[in-house]
Amino acid sequence: MDAASLALTFLYYGATLVLVLGLALRIRRYATVPAPLKIPTTPAPISRTGVVLRMIRELTLFESLFKSNKWIWLFGWMFHFGLLLVLLRHLRYFTDPVWGWVAFLQPYGKYASLMMVIGLLGLWFRRLAVDRVRYISALSDHLMLALLIAIGVTGIAMTFAVGTDVVAVKAFFLGLMWFDWQTLPSDPLLYSHLILVALLMLVFPFSKLLHAPGMFFSPTRNQADNPREHRHVSAWALKLEKGNG
Amino acid sequence: MAEQPAFDVPELKPYPVIPKLVEDTMAHSQPFVAKSDFQEPLGFPGERVDDWQDVAIKKMGELTDRYRSLQVFLDSCVKCGACTDKCHYYLGTTDPKNMPVARQDLFRKVYRRYYTFAGKYMPWLVDAEDLTEEVLDDWYKYFHQCSQCRRCSVYCPYGIDTAEISMAAREVMDSIGKGQKYCNEIIGKVHTIGNNLGLPEPALLDTLEGLEEEVEEDTGVAVKFPLDQKGADILLVTPSADFFAEPHVDGLIGYAKVLHEAGLSWTLSSHASEAANFGMFIGSYENMRKVALRIREAALDLGVKRIVFGECGHAWRVAYSFLNTLAGPFDFLDPRYPVPQHICEVTHGLIQEGRLRLDKSQNDGMVLTYHDSCNVARASRMGDIPGGQFEIPRAIIRASCNHFYDMPADTVREATYCCGGGGGLLTDDLIELRVKGALPRMEALQQVVEDHGVTHMAAICAICKSQFAKVLTYYGFQMDQIVSVHQLVSNAIILTGSEQEKEAELSEAA
Ligand code: HEM
Ligand code: SF4
Ligand code: SF4
Repeated sequence: MDAASLALTFLYYGATLVLVLGLALRIRRYATVPAPLKIPTTPAPISRTGVVLRMIRELTLFESLFKSNKWIWLFGWMFHFGLLLVLLRHLRYFTDPVWGWVAFLQPYGKYASLMMVIGLLGLWFRRLAVDRVRYISALSDHLMLALLIAIGVTGIAMTFAVGTDVVAVKAFFLGLMWFDWQTLPSDPLLYSHLILVALLMLVFPFSKLLHAPGMFFSPTRNQADNPREHRHVSAWALKLEKGNG
Repeated sequence: MAEQPAFDVPELKPYPVIPKLVEDTMAHSQPFVAKSDFQEPLGFPGERVDDWQDVAIKKMGELTDRYRSLQVFLDSCVKCGACTDKCHYYLGTTDPKNMPVARQDLFRKVYRRYYTFAGKYMPWLVDAEDLTEEVLDDWYKYFHQCSQCRRCSVYCPYGIDTAEISMAAREVMDSIGKGQKYCNEIIGKVHTIGNNLGLPEPALLDTLEGLEEEVEEDTGVAVKFPLDQKGADILLVTPSADFFAEPHVDGLIGYAKVLHEAGLSWTLSSHASEAANFGMFIGSYENMRKVALRIREAALDLGVKRIVFGECGHAWRVAYSFLNTLAGPFDFLDPRYPVPQHICEVTHGLIQEGRLRLDKSQNDGMVLTYHDSCNVARASRMGDIPGGQFEIPRAIIRASCNHFYDMPADTVREATYCCGGGGGLLTDDLIELRVKGALPRMEALQQVVEDHGVTHMAAICAICKSQFAKVLTYYGFQMDQIVSVHQLVSNAIILTGSEQEKEAELSEAA
């Protein structure tokens, strides 16, 4: 095994650790900070089932965003849905034998990467062209798009243009999973792709990518509209009541 | 008056044009700062404390520990820009700091600087910033240019509600001794006297007697406006503006007529003579709770069975969404009724049961539209089904009037625009902001005036009514074009034994 492969091996262990631990800590925080008041944006569902349906619509269709801005919705949805398919397609590098439905997705996943990059380019174009969005953008917002596009483009190049030794790549990742480390073909495109992905994993828990877990904890979306029927009191508010109430 | 020249009311185009941003157009706008007399009774330092930065940053951390909304919203924004054109203050002022996300960022950049990894070590990357004098200035200005109307929250993919950030920012500023005079003075009055206007019991009694005389003169019926009547069934809590401001008072007359005609026993309370709860505007749970507890105390003291709220927007939010939390449980009240109820729910129920006779032609002099008040629309409900807060007031208007037209769909219901004066901004030191913030609503009104000859706009919020009475004139409308929903009911209702009933019988016989 060469030094580069070994470095990448450790990079991936590190990145995975940061991603998983970082996300877990963040999610624990979101789950434990209390929501003392009922603040769903109404009209809101009045039952738990209704809330679950609302959340599913937000997650899969970006319902609020659709009401809001059709262009952001279109590009955003292309990017995310593309990303989802691409991620699912990548499961083939981690499963042996490859699950049936993952195999089924392969041809679609291939084109999903194009959809993803087109969506990202659209979002970046808006970020640069629309004065309001440009005003609110920090350097990190541009770099995040650049990073994702770079991941997408290096991936697309390997899939559609130059190709890479996917059998060896799969061996490498299965090796990571089962602690049976393997050498990675020394292909600069492949290395770029993998280093960028590791970078994405590393920044995930420290960046706005926290919107993914955050979405599930947003009180304006995940609360049921039933304050008259059910008294809702947080632990600290109860303490307040005991103190002087 | 505003220093700005009068505003033209632009015509509403089929595709509304989003204005280009112009920086700092509202950088001069800020409300008067509260003096120590108004700060200390609320539990805030009287003047800016010496180590204000440390105190503020610590307070910020306490609030992110206390409110999941704040914590999640500060982390989750992706700067997608979907909210940037949704705030009436941005549309009316073109100041980019009035874009919801930019307003949040004033707070977020400080949060990032002190509470996030990236902000601590790479502030240049994520626009993190120290809490400086300039930043605090911006906070004071622009968190007092947010009416906490929640329009941005509807359109954000994660439901990020800038109102939550504004409340937190105001709470942080209060905690270092930089509070807003208007809100804090008013909350103080509620704590000591019981209402925003500081009307003591004798003044209330006097006003209510005057109203009784007025109604008896008009109708020949002795409709009572009871105050502090022990043993009444219903405690009516209404915004104190209802006691004499126009057109609010006509709404109060309407409630009294409805309750009288339905034979319901009710009372006002001098202890809880205020529906509004400005504690919410400054984000202070403690103050909000203290104000809310007055209602519980009054209900217990008077021995009522139900609590009903009059027409008020933010008040209804606190009542509907928070009262049970802040001052519950209300297990001592009649379990057959929701606690609290909105007067519109009561009136609507009575109309449905056929217990009110309404002569719509009494309102034939008006062509109406309806302004959904922001906090009723997006932070509460009426009736049993989601959206009842839109349908019930409209049903009441339709039952009382022959001519009703809605404003364009993207300006009503959940998409409604704030009147421009909500959230603790209804003060003369912010008049320019109030006028400009009313622009989207005025455009929508202009549209139905042109299309349908609308003459009047009805509302169910004391702030909306006061705000429109003031700003309508800036746009070439008349101040009396804003009316209370229960004013329409009051005009139309035929009280048993009244002059109107006799007239109606005569004209039927003829
Ligand atoms: C629970 C899953 C997720 C949901 C529901 C979700 C939803 C959204 C929505 C609604 C937006 C705003 C619209 C837009 O700009 O596209 C957004 C933006 C964004 N999302 Fe996600 N997302 C999820 C997961 C992810 C993941 C896993 C990544 C990256 C690896 C990601 C990266 C981004 C980026 C970079 C933006 C900002 C795009 C821009 O700069 O305009 N998201 N997301
Ligand atoms: S809550 Fe209303 S006033 Fe405040 S930023 Fe959002 S849209 Fe503007
Ligand atoms: S819509 Fe929500 S996520 Fe998008 S910029 Fe505004 S606050 Fe941020």
